[in-house]
Amino acid sequence: MPDRPSQDVLRLGLIVNPIAGLGGRVGLKGTDGAGMAERALDLGAEPRAAARAATALRRLAEAWPAGQAPPMLICGAGEMGASAAVAASWPHEALGERRTRTTADDTRRLAVALAESVDLLLFAGGDGTARDICEIVTDHLPVLGIPAGVKIQSAVFATSPGAAGEVAARYLATSARRTVEREVLDLDEEAYRAGHVRPRLHGSMRVPRGPRLQSRKSPAPAGDAAAMASIAAEVEGLLEPGRRYILGPGTTTRALALRLGLEKTLVGIDAFEVEADGPRLLIRDAAEADLRDIVRDGPSSIVITPIGGQGFLFGRGNQPISPEVIRVVGRESIIVLATPGKVAELAGRPLLVDTGDETLDRELAGHIRVISGRGERAIVRIESA
Amino acid sequence: MTTPRAHAIGPKPSPCRFHQARWDEPIIFEHSVPGARGVLIPELEDGIRERVGSPADALPAGVRRVTPPALPEMAQVNVLRHYTRLSQETLGVDVNIDVGQGTCTMKYSPKINESFARDQRIADLHPLQDESTVQGVLEIMWHLERLLCEISGMDRVTLQPPSGSAAIWTNVSMIRAYHASRGEAEQRDEVITTAFSHPSNAACARTAGYTIITLQPDPVSGRPTLDALKAAVSERTAALLITNPEDTGIYNDEIDEFVRVVHEAGGLACYDQANANGVLGIARAREAGFDLCHFNLHKTFSTPHGCGGPGAGACGVTEALVPFLPSPTVERDGGRFRLDHDRPRSIGKVQPWYGSAPNQVRAYAWIMSLGAEGLRQVAETAVLNNNYLMRQVLAIRGLSAPYAQGERRIEQVRYSWKGLADDTDVHIDHIAARMNDHGGHFWSSHHPFVVPEPMTLEPTESYSMHDLDEHVAMLNAVAEEAYADPDTVRSAPHRSTIHQVDDSWLDDPEQWAVTWRAYLRKHSTPMEASSDEPAD
Repeated sequence: MPDRPSQDVLRLGLIVNPIAGLGGRVGLKGTDGAGMAERALDLGAEPRAAARAATALRRLAEAWPAGQAPPMLICGAGEMGASAAVAASWPHEALGERRTRTTADDTRRLAVALAESVDLLLFAGGDGTARDICEIVTDHLPVLGIPAGVKIQSAVFATSPGAAGEVAARYLATSARRTVEREVLDLDEEAYRAGHVRPRLHGSMRVPRGPRLQSRKSPAPAGDAAAMASIAAEVEGLLEPGRRYILGPGTTTRALALRLGLEKTLVGIDAFEVEADGPRLLIRDAAEADLRDIVRDGPSSIVITPIGGQGFLFGRGNQPISPEVIRVVGRESIIVLATPGKVAELAGRPLLVDTGDETLDRELAGHIRVISGRGERAIVRIESA
Repeated sequence: MTTPRAHAIGPKPSPCRFHQARWDEPIIFEHSVPGARGVLIPELEDGIRERVGSPADALPAGVRRVTPPALPEMAQVNVLRHYTRLSQETLGVDVNIDVGQGTCTMKYSPKINESFARDQRIADLHPLQDESTVQGVLEIMWHLERLLCEISGMDRVTLQPPSGSAAIWTNVSMIRAYHASRGEAEQRDEVITTAFSHPSNAACARTAGYTIITLQPDPVSGRPTLDALKAAVSERTAALLITNPEDTGIYNDEIDEFVRVVHEAGGLACYDQANANGVLGIARAREAGFDLCHFNLHKTFSTPHGCGGPGAGACGVTEALVPFLPSPTVERDGGRFRLDHDRPRSIGKVQPWYGSAPNQVRAYAWIMSLGAEGLRQVAETAVLNNNYLMRQVLAIRGLSAPYAQGERRIEQVRYSWKGLADDTDVHIDHIAARMNDHGGHFWSSHHPFVVPEPMTLEPTESYSMHDLDEHVAMLNAVAEEAYADPDTVRSAPHRSTIHQVDDSWLDDPEQWAVTWRAYLRKHSTPMEASSDEPAD
C-alpha cells in the first residue's frame, strides 16, 4: 500500500543542518549543546553537511529514470538547503531567511513548513538533527537521513550521502511507495565526550523501504515488522497469569504490547500484569521507584531488547530498570528479544550491560537465550561493558 | 596450447567480453491466445465411436474435469521459442564459470551419466510395475545405498527424499520418532543449530514444530563455541543439526566434542553434509559419532539441482535409527531384490514411490566412475582449488575473508566486500549486477547477513586453474572499476537480460508472488483481473 497518495508533481523536501559534523574532525564528538558549534568553527572545523547533501542530490539525479519528470525541490534558504541545491545544479524553491548561525529551532521550524507539503523529506545531519525532525514530523511523512553528523546511531539514515540519493530516487520514482518504521537514537554527547557510549531511543520515523539504510546489513527475510510480530506471538505464548512484566523501550517490545492490545510508550518503560481476563497495563513511562513497587508485589519479569548497534542491554536508555529492580526480578526472568537482523548484526559479539553495579554486571554475564521469532532462539553472550 | 593460427588472430581478452541475450520475454501465460493449440487431436472416426463410444465416457465421473485446466493456449513453435529464449537469458554451469554460486555451486555433471538416466530402460519404467520386472533399478538402488553407507560410515541409507531439504526433513522426522519410541517426544522439543550451518536445518526442524536454538559464531574463529553449546543443551534437546565445514568454509575441529555434549544431554547428533565435497573419502559422519547424516546428491554426487529438475537427497543412520527409516526399503534376498513395506515403526513415506530414480542412477554412475580413490581426489582437488582461489581473491582491493585469519579453508569461503563498500560506496548488489556483465554469477549469503557485504565462492573440483583465474580476473576488473568509475558499477548491469530489479519486494509477504495465480490476486488492477479468477 502506498503510504501517501502521489501527486502530479512530486515534491522533495530538503533540510541541511549546517553545523552537523563540525565537531567530528576537531575531536568534539558532536555539536549538541550551547556554544559547541562556535567552538568547533574556532578550532578550524569545515562545514561539510551542504557538500554531502549536494552529493545526495547529484546521485538522485543520476539514478532518476529517464523520461520521468524529476521531483520539485523545496528546501531551506542558504546553508540550510539552497546552497546544496545550487552546488548540485538542482532547481529549487527556498523557504525562510538565510542565516549565518543556525540552531535546532531553525531545523524544527523548517520541518514544520515542509511537513505537510512534500512526498519525501531528506535531511542532512546527525542523530541530533534526526531527533529535532522526529519531534515535528508525524507517521505520515517519509523521511530519509543523509549522514553528515558525527554520531549516526539512528536507522533513519542511508549508509552514505550517495546511497541516500539512490534510495530517494528509487522511492519517489515508483508508484507503489513503501516505507518502514525505524528508530531514532542519539548518544548522550556529554557522556560521549567523556568516552562513554550511551545510546538512547528518542522515537521513530518512517523511511523508504529497501537496502542502504544505516545499521542494517540486510533486510531480514520477512522484513522487520514481520519479525517483530513473530517475536510478539512467541512471547504472548510464554506469558504467565499473575506475573508482572516490565517492558523496556523500543519498537520490538512495542510490537508485543500492540499484540496484547496495550498502548506502550516507544521510548519509556511500561509495565503490565497478566490477569485472568488478559493483560492489563499497570503503568506507562515508569520511574525507577514505580518499578521497584511493581516487582516487590509478586513474580515479575523484564522484557527487553538491545538498543543501538553496540548491543547494549541494560544501562543505556533504560536506567529506571535499576540494579535493585534487576536483582529482585532475577536473571532467569529476564526475557531478551532481538530480531534475526539484530542478532546477525552482532555477528557473535556480546550483548553489553552497564547497570552501574559491577557485581550485578558480572552476575548477568554469560550466555542467554534471546527470543528471535516464533519458535526461534539465539544463544548470545552477555558481557560487562 | 596456442596454435599458430590462434596466435595469428591475437589472444582473447581476460575477462572475456560478454553480452547476455535480451528478449523482453513475457511469461508463458501472457503468450496465451484463446483457441491456439500445440497439438490438434483428430476427431474420433465414426466407426470407432460407434463401437466403443467416447473415450471420455470411459473415465469415472469423479476424475473428469468440469472446466478445462487453466493452461496457456499456444502453438508448439511458440512454446519451443519461449523456453529457448529463457535458456539464453540464464547463466549456468554449461555456459559459464559457475563458482560464484558459493554453497550452491554446481559441479560439472558428466553427460554420459545423463545418457544412462535417459536410457529407455530407466526412463520408461513405471513405479507401479511389479518388482520382478524392475530388478535392475532396484539393484542400482541397493548398491548405491551400500556405497553411501561406506562413504558416511552409517549402517543404512534411504534414497527416498526428493531433495536435500527433504532429506533434512526426513532426518528430523526420524529424530522425533526415535524420541517418541522412548516416551520423550513431548519433553524434547528443541533443536540446536548454528548461524553458519545450512539454513534448511533450522527451517526443516521449525516446520516440524521444534523450537530452534541458534549458536552464534565466535567473533575471532568464526566457529560456534562449546560453551555456547553447553548453554543451549538441556533435557529438552532433541538434536543438534550442524554443517561442517560451515558455509564459511571453516572446519569445526571440536566436532566430536559437540556430538559428545549433545549425547550426554540425551539428544541425537545429525550431520548436514551439504558441504561434503570437501571431506569426501577423508572424514566420515560415523567416526565423529553422529547418529544421522544426509547428502545432497545434486551438490556432491553430480545430479541436477532441485530447481533444475527433481533433486535427490540421501539420509544415513546408525543401527538405533534403522527401524524409523522411510518405507519401503530395498532389500536383497539372495540374488533377488525386493521392496520391504513391512516396517511398523517407519516414519512412512516422504516421497511417492522410491525417490528420484533417474538421479539415483546418475549418482551411482558418478561414484562408480571415480571409485574410492577418485572420490578422495575430488575432495582434495576441491580443497586445493578453493585455497588457490582464496589466495588470488584476497589480492583484490577491498575484499577480505572474515574470521579464522591465516587458516586455510575447506571447500568454500564467505568473503566480505565491506572494505570496498566503505571506500567507494559500491555495494554487493552493484557488484553482483556488474559480474553479470562479464557472464559471471554472484551469490552473497543467506539473510540476514552476518558477514557484511558478503560473497561466497565455492570452486568444487570441476573448474580448472584457468577457469579460476578467469573468475578472479572478472572480480578484479569489477573492483578496480568500483574505485575508478563507481557510477558504471552502480548503474550495472549494462549487458544483461534485464536492468536493475528492486528486490525489496522479496521480503514483503503482501507483495511476493510465487505463482501466476498469486500474482493475479496481489497485483492485478481490476481491468487486468479476469472475473472468473480462481480463488486460492
